Amino acid sequence: MPLGNLPYLTPALPEILLALGGLALLMYGVFQKAGDSAAEVLAARRTGWAAIATLLVVLVVVVALGKDRALTFGGLFVIDEFTRFTKVLVLAGAATALLMSGDFLARHGAGRFEYPVLLVFAVTGMMMMLSANDLMSLYVGLEMQSLPLYVMATFQRDDSRATEAGLKYFVLGALASGMLLYGSSLVYGFAGSTDFEALAELFRHLGGEAPQIGVVFGMVFILAGLAFKISAVPFHMWAPDVYEGAPTPVTAFFSVAPKIAALGLFVRLMMGPFGEIAPHWQQVVALIAVASMVVGAFGAINQNNIKRLMAYSSIGHVGYALVGLAVADANGIRGMLVYLAIYLVMNLGTFACILAMRRGGRNVESISDLAGVARTHPLFAAALGLLMFSMAGIPPLAGFFGKLYVFLAAVEAKMFVLAAVGLLTSVIAAFYYIRIIRVAYFDEPGEALDRTLNPEVTWVIWATSAIVVLFFLGPGPVLKAAAAAAKALLAG
Amino acid sequence: MVDLPILSLLLVLPLVGAGFILFIRGETEIVNTNVRSVALWTSGIEFLFSLFLWFGFDTDSAGFQFTERAEWMPGLDIAYHVGVDGISVLFVLLTTLLTPICVLASWDSIRDRVREYMIAFLVMETMMIGMFAALDLFLFYVFFESVLIPMFLIIGVWGGPKRVYAAFKFFLYTLTGSVLMLVALLAIYIDAGTADIPRLLAHRLPVAWQPWLWLAFFASFAVKVPMWPVHTWLPDAHVEAPTAGSVILAGVLLKFGGYGFLRFSLPMLPAASETFAPLIFALSVIAVIYTSLVALAQEDMKKLIAYSSVAHMGFVTAGTFSFTLQGIEGAIFQMLSHGIVSAALFLIVGVVYDRMHSRDIETYGGLVHRMPAYALTFMIFMLASVGLPGTSGFIGEILVLIGLFQVNAWVAAFTATGVILGAVYMFYLYRRVIFGRLTKEALGRIGDLNAREIAVFAPLIVLVFWMGVYPAPFLKIMHASSANLVRQVDEGRRMANAPGAPAVSLPVLARAQ
Repeated sequence: MPLGNLPYLTPALPEILLALGGLALLMYGVFQKAGDSAAEVLAARRTGWAAIATLLVVLVVVVALGKDRALTFGGLFVIDEFTRFTKVLVLAGAATALLMSGDFLARHGAGRFEYPVLLVFAVTGMMMMLSANDLMSLYVGLEMQSLPLYVMATFQRDDSRATEAGLKYFVLGALASGMLLYGSSLVYGFAGSTDFEALAELFRHLGGEAPQIGVVFGMVFILAGLAFKISAVPFHMWAPDVYEGAPTPVTAFFSVAPKIAALGLFVRLMMGPFGEIAPHWQQVVALIAVASMVVGAFGAINQNNIKRLMAYSSIGHVGYALVGLAVADANGIRGMLVYLAIYLVMNLGTFACILAMRRGGRNVESISDLAGVARTHPLFAAALGLLMFSMAGIPPLAGFFGKLYVFLAAVEAKMFVLAAVGLLTSVIAAFYYIRIIRVAYFDEPGEALDRTLNPEVTWVIWATSAIVVLFFLGPGPVLKAAAAAAKALLAG
Repeated sequence: MVDLPILSLLLVLPLVGAGFILFIRGETEIVNTNVRSVALWTSGIEFLFSLFLWFGFDTDSAGFQFTERAEWMPGLDIAYHVGVDGISVLFVLLTTLLTPICVLASWDSIRDRVREYMIAFLVMETMMIGMFAALDLFLFYVFFESVLIPMFLIIGVWGGPKRVYAAFKFFLYTLTGSVLMLVALLAIYIDAGTADIPRLLAHRLPVAWQPWLWLAFFASFAVKVPMWPVHTWLPDAHVEAPTAGSVILAGVLLKFGGYGFLRFSLPMLPAASETFAPLIFALSVIAVIYTSLVALAQEDMKKLIAYSSVAHMGFVTAGTFSFTLQGIEGAIFQMLSHGIVSAALFLIVGVVYDRMHSRDIETYGGLVHRMPAYALTFMIFMLASVGLPGTSGFIGEILVLIGLFQVNAWVAAFTATGVILGAVYMFYLYRRVIFGRLTKEALGRIGDLNAREIAVFAPLIVLVFWMGVYPAPFLKIMHASSANLVRQVDEGRRMANAPGAPAVSLPVLARAQ
């Protein structure tokens, strides 16, 4: 065989395409005429659209690759229905976030072609994380994701808040990576392998006995590192500052794609290699979930900056998603995946609304800026209201169904306390979501927001609010896909 | 006629109307007029369609009728399943009757954001009908809780000066109760493996679980009813809500709680219901006596009627937990009667509020001299609220009291004092507003009921007398299902009390888990 040394590449086709696409976009951008700011913006716009096209092509490839489980690169890399489901979410989220960002960045003097390129590379990293089947490929994917994200956080480089956000994100992210790496080395040292399947096999042979203490230590370190990445309590401190400081489209992107990728990785790691010793980490995850739900609910109450509020909201949502993982069975994972899909839509919609909050061409981000917007922009206010009610989990909107399946799994596993805490914190969280509705609907209008909305943002607002409203008509397909993904994960 | 998917039609029609309203374009004034007409036509046609339920209902059957079923969540046995029985059908009719009345009552008083207002009412009509017609746990929950959205907006956008506080209190109180119910629904669903209510009615839940499940349901329904001491959101919500909002709140939303007890707590958790019946009796008696006294001290007309609602709903909960046929039929009848009478009383307040923009009793006095038709209408509903024989209020209260006397004479005696206290505060209100000399200058030119207002009150007056003089058609509709419910509860209690059966108490539950 002439290609004897080349591994089987088909399963990694999406990642390869994405990486090549990113390089091509980089080349295109570099060879544009520099110096002229109008040309720069135009180049940024073109790269943006090309990057969206690349992401969508890759999405099609991911779907076309099929549902079968396949391993490659000597078992470092895996695809199955679980990676398919989560990759589709990540790609759709990234493409939508990119769609919303072009106008904002151009308006705020940051319309440069590097942004879409960085985003594409970050997404490549996320896809590798999701397909990781070994602690080493996990780490490589994670870093590949993180480095572009650090740059993206500071993309408005003349803004001191963005710079601060980027630095904070970098320092804490590096710390988290360090913890993860340390945990991985402990696991390797005590268990003798980094391969997920080998680890799973090893723990299976324990026959219910406790694993060595070093393995548990390593596992907890890895867990802490990943909790950083998904901003779960008590490793959430960076999130409000980064969310507030980073440019809004970047925040939108942060709140969906990396979070879903890290959660997907989290689930694979916990249910795969460590699935056999679930009782040793279930309590930890349950505790993290409860703490995240509580902090997410109480932390947001006093916020006036809507991006900061969304940071706490996303901490809370991660808590709800983790309830599904704490249950640690097929139903829990199914609930969690449905939750993530719905969370993606709601969050993108909400950030599209935040991006639409403009006055005199500049974006504003204080909740009081929405005062009386229902009078001046009735349709925008209606969409925002629906998204907020959905975030609060009020039926018949999509957010309710996300919570329903997660708590269904929790009750089924007899984790009544977890379910009750989750539902009660969702009442507290409802308070701050309906506070936004109150400002938009009940307060008298202040200085009006700009009348014209940029078309891409408007599309996103319409599409997401339509999904949020109409989800209840047919939850079947999402539910089925998530169930199949959960099953594939547990079988693999 | 039987093949017509009448319930789905009733669920979809208001949404079609709301969607149509959304797309009406043009000048503000013209749009508002058109929006009002579309809303009135939609809800009117809806009412006519709902009459199919009245005429097509088989009164001999205790089962669910007009059922429809469609796949909703495949593989989970959670379905779109709707139908009505003798308990729920009358509430559907109450909803379809009150919605056009609300639209008509808001004709002149709502001038701001008419489009959104009418959409909110039509969407809410769908949700309320869905709540009563749902035959699937999760479908029920979706409708039960979704009502919060339009009601929150109605109170908050079109309400009075303290509307924000009232809207938040309403929203958070009810949401807290209902999330606990969601845990109970999930537990029932997991135990039975189905969310189908007709099948669940035949399912026996473990006796050890029942107290917890019952308490979770209680948390939700008690807030909705509302029962003392979780009633405090109601006066605030009523006072701040626009007239039509109060009408729907008192007329239909309060019935969610009573209906929930009848549909879930009693048939599915009979043993726990028996255990907790004394609690319900105690809270009901307190509600009847205490809130009647509070009502007596009110200076705000809407607040007074709101407190009287709590007292009247005390009859409902007491009657429900008597587990007797008379008590349960009385409770249903009382809910229907209260739905009409208290709705009418809020409309009565709305009439003078539209003219004087004040709800203080002090503002008025001697209205009979300027508004004789109004005084007469007010008197009819005031007497119906008191429970004068010949009005609908009497039938409900007497049936409840008969039911209660068979169980516990003391509870019946205390509850009966509510009738007297009700008369005291209603007569006192009536005297201060209507009688006396017309001394206040501002009232000098107040006008009597206009044609629109008469059209609003006429059907309600007819119903009050019809239900009071000849209640048989109503009782006949609810009879088979009520008798079936009583049988189910008796059977469940017998099984739980049989020798060898585990005792129903919370410590047992703790050990069982």
